[in-house]
Amino acid sequence: MHREFLMGNEAIALGAIASGVDLVCGYPGTPSTEVLETAAKYRPEGTYVEWSVNEKTAMEVAAGAAYAGARVLVTMKQMGLNVASDPLMCVEYIGVKGGMVVLVADDPGPISSQTEQDTRTYAGFSKVPCYDPSTVQEAYEMVQEAFLLSERYGTPVFLRSTTRVSHCYASVDVKDAGEYLEHAAEGFVKDSGRWVIFPRLANANHKKIVERNSALSDVFSDDPINKVYPEENGSRKGVATGGVSFGYAMEARERLGRMRLFKVSTPYPFPEKKAVEFLRGLDEVLCVEELDPVIEQALVYVCGKFGLNVRIRGKLTGDVRTAGENTVDSVLEDISAFMGEPVSRKAVSGQPELPVRPPVLCAGCPHRASFYAVKTAMKGKKAVFCGDIGCYTLGNAMPLDMVDTCLCMGAGLGIAQGINRIEPDTSCFAFVGDSTFFASAIPGVVNAVYNKADMTLIVLDNSTTAMTGHQPHPGTGITMMGGSGTAVSIESVLRGIGLGFVETVDPFELDAAVGAVRCASALPGVKAIVFRSPCIAVSKGRGPASVSPEKCVGCSRCIKELGCPAISMPDGKAVIDTAQCTGCGLCSRVCPAGAIGGEE
Amino acid sequence: MSTGIILCGVGGQGTVLASKLISASAMESGIPVMSAETIGMAQRGGSVTSHIRIGEGVYSPMVPLGGADTIIGFEPGEAVRMLPYLKEDGAAVVSSRVVIPVTEALVRSGYSSEVMIGHLREHVGRLTVVDTDAAVREIGTAKVLNIILLGASIAAGALPVTADMLMEMIERRVPKKYAELNRRALEYGLDCAHK
Ligand code: SF4
Ligand code: SF4
Repeated sequence: MHREFLMGNEAIALGAIASGVDLVCGYPGTPSTEVLETAAKYRPEGTYVEWSVNEKTAMEVAAGAAYAGARVLVTMKQMGLNVASDPLMCVEYIGVKGGMVVLVADDPGPISSQTEQDTRTYAGFSKVPCYDPSTVQEAYEMVQEAFLLSERYGTPVFLRSTTRVSHCYASVDVKDAGEYLEHAAEGFVKDSGRWVIFPRLANANHKKIVERNSALSDVFSDDPINKVYPEENGSRKGVATGGVSFGYAMEARERLGRMRLFKVSTPYPFPEKKAVEFLRGLDEVLCVEELDPVIEQALVYVCGKFGLNVRIRGKLTGDVRTAGENTVDSVLEDISAFMGEPVSRKAVSGQPELPVRPPVLCAGCPHRASFYAVKTAMKGKKAVFCGDIGCYTLGNAMPLDMVDTCLCMGAGLGIAQGINRIEPDTSCFAFVGDSTFFASAIPGVVNAVYNKADMTLIVLDNSTTAMTGHQPHPGTGITMMGGSGTAVSIESVLRGIGLGFVETVDPFELDAAVGAVRCASALPGVKAIVFRSPCIAVSKGRGPASVSPEKCVGCSRCIKELGCPAISMPDGKAVIDTAQCTGCGLCSRVCPAGAIGGEE
Repeated sequence: MSTGIILCGVGGQGTVLASKLISASAMESGIPVMSAETIGMAQRGGSVTSHIRIGEGVYSPMVPLGGADTIIGFEPGEAVRMLPYLKEDGAAVVSSRVVIPVTEALVRSGYSSEVMIGHLREHVGRLTVVDTDAAVREIGTAKVLNIILLGASIAAGALPVTADMLMEMIERRVPKKYAELNRRALEYGLDCAHK
């Protein structure tokens, strides 16, 4: 054992490596991404790591390897679990041979997601056992326990994390390399009665799963990771909690007097017997948890099942807010109100008005040029712009205002087609990034071609998965095993599907870009433009532009048209921040006075 | 006993590295540390904060309201935003230079450094303002603002780490060719309190 300062996601990866993991796969998504990156970085000889094309494929690759007896870790964010749900639901019925841990990082808030869904709820739905660590140290230990449990019971197991565990750094006690488990996969043994899911097998396995989970509830009740902290304040009120909220609740407990507290580390199967031990002798319980009221509902159920007369309070009773992230302060407030000891806090007075800082496209971002080109070409025409998931969702912000819809990965294609079916006189555009294109847009293109839709697809190809921190994807050909693989060409895919009009343009060649859009939108059928220019984070800039104060007439067109964060107008003249500007040249194209040029 | 530190600024200003350097220095001295960072979409020009808690008896990295011993503000408005976290006798070390958000450039509501610093002076007893424009003129780049602020914080007695330890951590983490620049930035920061 030694101590290291690790991010939660790094600790999870190192825990998997200490468990002898043979294969790690996944799809990037905040806040889960660093798990796989760390696994790739510290990958022992013989361990295979890949970014899969999407979460469904990752889940299937992992399942196959686990059928062959390998220990596998598959990683994703909560939205990705929706994509992977089809294989997950089925693999739970089939079971695995090697340990299979599914790391899903939830995003309470949400901070960078479309929904606040809860993987603990998914655990109950899919019947997959679930660990819920509350600290980085626990995340490190629980991933190892999850591997053991998975292999012992032949089931995939969830390790569910949240932003404040995944992106927290802490001093962690970790194993030395000599203490790692070694593991060799046995290989796939043919047995169609086991690996082929027919209705009769599903029925038989369903029964076994229910029995197993009921047994696991007892196993988890005896596991010290689910813990009752006894009261020292004589109160008949208790608190039930799990995940990061446990830490906040413990700090509130130190301040308010030590009430009885139940820490739930395995929300599914719920440790019922341990819950009964917690509930006996209490009158009231407050449940403190993020996202869904999972612990709360389980306790209500346990009270009914075991005939306990305890009032269970939380989100369902309106005592705790139903949405958003918990904070150390919100939990203190909730618990103190519940205990009847409200805390007072002095407010800072006279705070001046502060600027809002919505995230924006970076200075020099090629997406800005692409959106601007489409906007210019379609000015005055009836058009709808369907966006997608990635940095380019930020094209919705003023002044670009070029994202009319955004739903989920790859959805822009279908939505553009749907809108056009109802409004045939509207030009419908779908914008999709390169990584998203491969992950989930291709069926939407096939659908459009097959059903003779009328739409223009804009692929924003910046040669990386930018939003999540620049992961490679099939279009780059770079893999996590080092060396370059085979790059999949977006244009070839599109032509292969049957598109006649596929043009590739550098969006910073503004005239050509605008021309291509005009041309595409005038044609009937399904057309595609690939705007190709690398993300500024993976390419070198040209050196900053500058404004000639003599020539600048202060019209602020550069700011109002583009919204580049490098340009501001402190005293009536535009000024370019040289630290941010990449010299993309876009602003010089919109300046009517010719005031903006490259550095001399 | 634990120490709570908040670093705040705008995405891209180097708060994450600064936070790691503080944590690593404390770790190296054998004290347990927890920290939390803003990662993801908000990094694109949004407000970012790092919470650090150093010492025993800590259950989570999040500093409660009124629980920060120190706020290091990479941007004066962001320091004002985080002020409710500062303890009554806490210290703040703040860069004077504002970062104008695009939305502000569009509507121009007159967001200024003077108003922000004025508010901080009124409410913070132990305040150090780093004149960032002067610092950049002397050092030659704004890229090491994070190190200057750390130096100024150490000089203000607002960080439980020493300058030597911090320099050692910098040398471990940044490429060799930047070590000298970082050393000058740290020294500039250490002298700041007297400027
Ligand atoms: S050239 Fe103009 S538009 Fe491009 S990054 Fe610099 S300031 Fe922004
Ligand atoms: S568009 Fe040109 S003239 Fe107008 S404010 Fe910008 S730099 Fe000055």
